[in-house]
Amino acid sequence: MHYFRVLVVDDEKDFVEATVKRLGKRGIDAQGVLSGEQALELMKEKRFDVVLLDIKMPGGMDGIETLREMKKIAPLTEVILLTGHASVESSIEGLKLGAFDYLLKPMKLEDLITKLAEAFEKKDKQDQKIRSAKIKELLRFPGRALQEKDEEK
Amino acid sequence: MEERYRTLQRKIILITLLVSLAPLITLGALIYDQFARMYAEKITQQMTYRSRGLAQAVELFLKERTAILCSMADTHNFNDIIDERRLSHIFEIMNSRAGGFVDLGVIDSNGQHLAYIGPYDLKGLNYYQQAWFGEVMARGVYISDVYMGYRRLPHFIIAVRRNQKDHTWILRATIDSEVFERILKPGRVGKTGDVFIVNKNGVYQTQPRFGGKTLAKSNLPINSFGADTTILETKNSEGQRVMLAGSWIHNGKWLLVVRQGVRQEMRGLFSARYAGIGIILSGIVGIVLMTVFTTRMTINRLKEADMKAAELNAQLMQSDKLAALGKMAAGVAHEINNPLQVIIQQIGWMEDLLEEEELKQSENIEEFGKAIKKIEDHVERARKVVHGMLGYARKMEPHLEDVDVNAVIRQTIDLLGNYARINNITIKTELSTDLPIIAADGSQLQQVFMNLLSNAIDAVGKNGAIEIKSRKSGPEIHIEVSDSGPGIPEEMQKRIFDPFFTTKQTGKGVGLGLWITHNIVEKMGGSISVKSRVGQGTTFTVQIPVAIPEKK
Repeated sequence: MHYFRVLVVDDEKDFVEATVKRLGKRGIDAQGVLSGEQALELMKEKRFDVVLLDIKMPGGMDGIETLREMKKIAPLTEVILLTGHASVESSIEGLKLGAFDYLLKPMKLEDLITKLAEAFEKKDKQDQKIRSAKIKELLRFPGRALQEKDEEK
Repeated sequence: MEERYRTLQRKIILITLLVSLAPLITLGALIYDQFARMYAEKITQQMTYRSRGLAQAVELFLKERTAILCSMADTHNFNDIIDERRLSHIFEIMNSRAGGFVDLGVIDSNGQHLAYIGPYDLKGLNYYQQAWFGEVMARGVYISDVYMGYRRLPHFIIAVRRNQKDHTWILRATIDSEVFERILKPGRVGKTGDVFIVNKNGVYQTQPRFGGKTLAKSNLPINSFGADTTILETKNSEGQRVMLAGSWIHNGKWLLVVRQGVRQEMRGLFSARYAGIGIILSGIVGIVLMTVFTTRMTINRLKEADMKAAELNAQLMQSDKLAALGKMAAGVAHEINNPLQVIIQQIGWMEDLLEEEELKQSENIEEFGKAIKKIEDHVERARKVVHGMLGYARKMEPHLEDVDVNAVIRQTIDLLGNYARINNITIKTELSTDLPIIAADGSQLQQVFMNLLSNAIDAVGKNGAIEIKSRKSGPEIHIEVSDSGPGIPEEMQKRIFDPFFTTKQTGKGVGLGLWITHNIVEKMGGSISVKSRVGQGTTFTVQIPVAIPEKK
């Protein structure tokens, strides 16, 4: 399994903590936040490969709204939605907005890791495509690589 | 409930009868009264005419006799008339011209009977002391009441006075009162009609047809008769009602009475009355029967409608209740899922930690492992319950396909058939062959039949029968699943569709099957109902609307 970075977003602190710890123990670089706002802040600073996002978070931004904003900040980052029953409709809406998949709570860690891996694989493929496209471009227009580097800063 | 219908029925019948009978009876009574009055008037009139006519005839007879006597007296001299040959001649003339005279006599002013023609030897008698003599001397004309003469026959006399220069004398004739019979006879109409004459004291002057004799005293209320012809109603000696029409004649000395039995006279009226009463009675009977009949019908309709409304109401309430429960269950599920999730992760973390070297040395490591496993098992159990609750909801986006309901039923039986056979339960089917293919979610439908059939098998237990029927009914398909199980007590029937309601042993079922079934059927736009009696088995009926698949 490749090393990849995961952001866990859930208002349930105990859940976030345990999940982050357990993922870490399995060699996944996981980080947790307790609200959509915090997640968006963090994503502006740091790149994540996969985001585990709870749809129902009372108070503050809800999952769907957060998802929309995330896709603006980092369109390539894959998002897995976490849902209890009451928000099945929301998960469908989330899928339409570009989420990778959804998981029903409560799930086992093994299932979660499988799903995360799938998501990362997709993201990784996408990244590779982009990279190879960039390389092709670079080979054709070497000047642009410099420009892009500036933009990234 | 039953009492309320009965009260209502009673009220409707009462009001209807009151409204319809009151005018009928009033009208009948009014018409009868009017008719009776007219009839009585007519009879009164008739009797008045008869009485008056006969009175005139009698009066005329008396006047005629008096006139003839007067003219004989006026045209003869005293000296001539006391000659009995002359008198006899006059007597013959009078009888030939008028008739009815029995004898004729001449009396002088001293009351001495001077001449006489007739069957008795009255000559020489002196009448000076007698009342009639004084009267005729004073008034000039005298007509006596009827009396029994020497012949023991009723008769009366007419006497007139003649004043001559030297003599005042009286011509006196006797008339057999039999003559009245002739005059009065035509007045005796019908079986009870009678006509007679009485004097001022109520003594019969003629022979009445019934209840009396000439010169006997009658019990007529003489004083009740007025100057003109008077109609009275009394009872006769036999107690029957009679009508009397009396006219005074002979200057108020005599009263001519026409008598007629009311029953006889009113026969027409009575028959009209019986006919009227008959018509009204049959009308009343008809109205009462109709009213009772139509009211019964109305009440029965009402009962049916009420029952249907109550059923519908119960179904609606059931739906509402289940919808609310569903929402609550979903909410509860979510709220439980979150802590379950945390427990899983935390216990997982503990498991992870147990893998570490230093802890592996601990002597209780195995016990920790066992405890963690137990916790996981029970979280899994809780998770299953919650997922069961959500199970149907996850698939709530129905996947429409062409479904043959009978095929789905057969598949379900195939799946559970073995289980039934083991328990010696026979499954009979009676599937209609003309069911249309419908657009529905086949797997959801299968879940419905699965739940119903497995419940039926569980209900029967061992040795019994299950019957599945399908048929088309209007725009719906009806599927019945009946079992020969012990039945469901009535108070339980209301709750069987509630989530977590179960009669099965703990661990054998969580009580979500029928709840999910109900929800699926309802989402399809159909309904499910149960009919059950303890000891007679249970029948579940699923009604689903026929949704025609779109043409592809």
